[in-house]
Amino acid sequence: MTAAPDPVAPSTQVAASAALDEAVLAALDTVRDPELDTSIVELGFVTAHAVDADGRATVRLRLPTFFCAANFAFLMVADAHAAIAGVAGIAGVEVVLEDHFASAEINGGVASGAGFVASFDGLAENELEGLRRDFLRKAELAAQDRVARPLLAAGVPPDQVGSMTLGDAPVSADRERLRHRRRELGIPSGDDDPLLLRPDGTSVTPSEVPLHLHRARTVRVSIDTNGDYCRRLLAGRYGPADRSLPAPRLAAGRFVTGPLTIALGGRSPHSGADRL
Amino acid sequence: MYEHDGERYYIVDGHVHYWNAAPDNWVEGQEEYAKGWIECFYAYHGLGPEETHWPLEQYQRYDEDLMMRHLFDEGHVDVAIFQPTYLKQWYTEGFNTTERNAILADKYPDKFVLNTAWDPRDGDAGLEDLEAKVERWGMKGAKLYTAEWKGDSRGWSLKSDEAARYLEACQRLGVVNLHVHKGPTIWPLDKDAFDVSDVDFAATNFPGLNFIVEHVGLPRIEDFCFMATQEPNVYAGLAVVVGGLMHARPRMFAKVMGELMFWLGEDRIIFGSDYAIWEPRWQVEGFAAWQMPTGEDFSDYAPLTTQAKRKILGLNAARLYDLEVPGEFRIPEDESAVLAPS
Repeated sequence: MTAAPDPVAPSTQVAASAALDEAVLAALDTVRDPELDTSIVELGFVTAHAVDADGRATVRLRLPTFFCAANFAFLMVADAHAAIAGVAGIAGVEVVLEDHFASAEINGGVASGAGFVASFDGLAENELEGLRRDFLRKAELAAQDRVARPLLAAGVPPDQVGSMTLGDAPVSADRERLRHRRRELGIPSGDDDPLLLRPDGTSVTPSEVPLHLHRARTVRVSIDTNGDYCRRLLAGRYGPADRSLPAPRLAAGRFVTGPLTIALGGRSPHSGADRL
Repeated sequence: MYEHDGERYYIVDGHVHYWNAAPDNWVEGQEEYAKGWIECFYAYHGLGPEETHWPLEQYQRYDEDLMMRHLFDEGHVDVAIFQPTYLKQWYTEGFNTTERNAILADKYPDKFVLNTAWDPRDGDAGLEDLEAKVERWGMKGAKLYTAEWKGDSRGWSLKSDEAARYLEACQRLGVVNLHVHKGPTIWPLDKDAFDVSDVDFAATNFPGLNFIVEHVGLPRIEDFCFMATQEPNVYAGLAVVVGGLMHARPRMFAKVMGELMFWLGEDRIIFGSDYAIWEPRWQVEGFAAWQMPTGEDFSDYAPLTTQAKRKILGLNAARLYDLEVPGEFRIPEDESAVLAPS
């Protein structure tokens, strides 16, 4: 079948495709691993992304181990799918998780919009929003530690940290990260709201402050440790990320036009508040 | 026995395997999972010091001579505790069964503690098997892997009524040390498979049993710590923490040790090399020499004393398993009582 002649000059078309692909990468960068509270792009989970001349996006994902938990893997694939579908100019999305024990169930389930329960027939009771929220709460608590820890290290007494508001804390990326997580959870995130909050969004009483700070620290140590473990397992499985290498190319024949695959070289151009 | 800086340590390796994951032991049609499992282990192996890395073929199946050398000739280990994991869905003769472990445990009874394993989905037949094994080998411990696949099932929970029957049997039979290992699957799959609330539940209902959470609950150290601080009969198994972090990520290792000491204290942490994931030698030597770093990031954490190291490297496990510790390695009762956390 022959497509209608394209009125756009080839070089302009390539530039447009490249811009769209950059937008896809930026969208992927807003998707986080819920356990690690880190962008899947930053973690190196995205191995290839491309947009063909008809606006169809194809993305390949990989994880640190064959047996990574299926529920979190499903969330990342589904979130990647949704994020790309929201990019203006994208006409179709295919996200493929590779080398995973549940690749078939996850890829098929996300592509058909079937949801987790239907994708894992008989093995699941509920969709994953509860799980997502539980881990967002952990991320929010760890984010409190990121703001509180430097204050404590600078000699601010714990009870004083406990009486501070978000606006009292010094301006920092970590403070905005905390605010961002709170907005996602729907708990108080304004400058006049407390710096320390319980997981349900209520205030921490003065007597609870020391234990609350310990708990926040422990959650952060846990997430940081897991993140490091996962990065090293990923590097062990696929080799260390070498950003000078050319991009892994998608299978030949997948595209009507030649594949335009962009390597994950350097930082994403999109590193604003969306990726906090 | 290991001697460092004039201190002598009695070493109990609380977590070792004698597995067979070679391709001729893979179940037909399940090769993908059998291969995936051992390659997952092999990736962890790669996080240890480079000079201790094995070729994959040796890693899939190693022999008695190599294991004896690594543990007892080179590894300073006095007694090692076998923690079996069956995985018969993927491995024809099983991955690391009690029966396979017994080849060595029967031959070297002074070197090994043999544990059993059970799965509540095996019902009455499994209970009978548990009794028969305890009658034959007199086990004091069992390894529980809650993520094991069985038919269409992807795991089980210690909260179930079926598990309670097995826990009652353990109490009756004197199988008092239950090593819980969480994996990435469970039923239902939408829940966090690494959640330790079922250990909390069982530990409350069975105060006469000890629950050693392997890998200190990794990747849920925080949930594990918050739970363990409420349950005096819950212990931390250090496998994977020492092996995966101490060498490669010393600062991260320090923080995790600091957290464990803060929430659990020195009497409830148990060393394990997770052999053959990692060899014990570098882990024992490194841990005995290890110090909490100084600096702002670590000012919250207490230093690890020699006494704490002696307990963690052997005396705590010896206590749980009634091992006869030569007098020279013991900590005098009064001293221990004075220094133990309140």
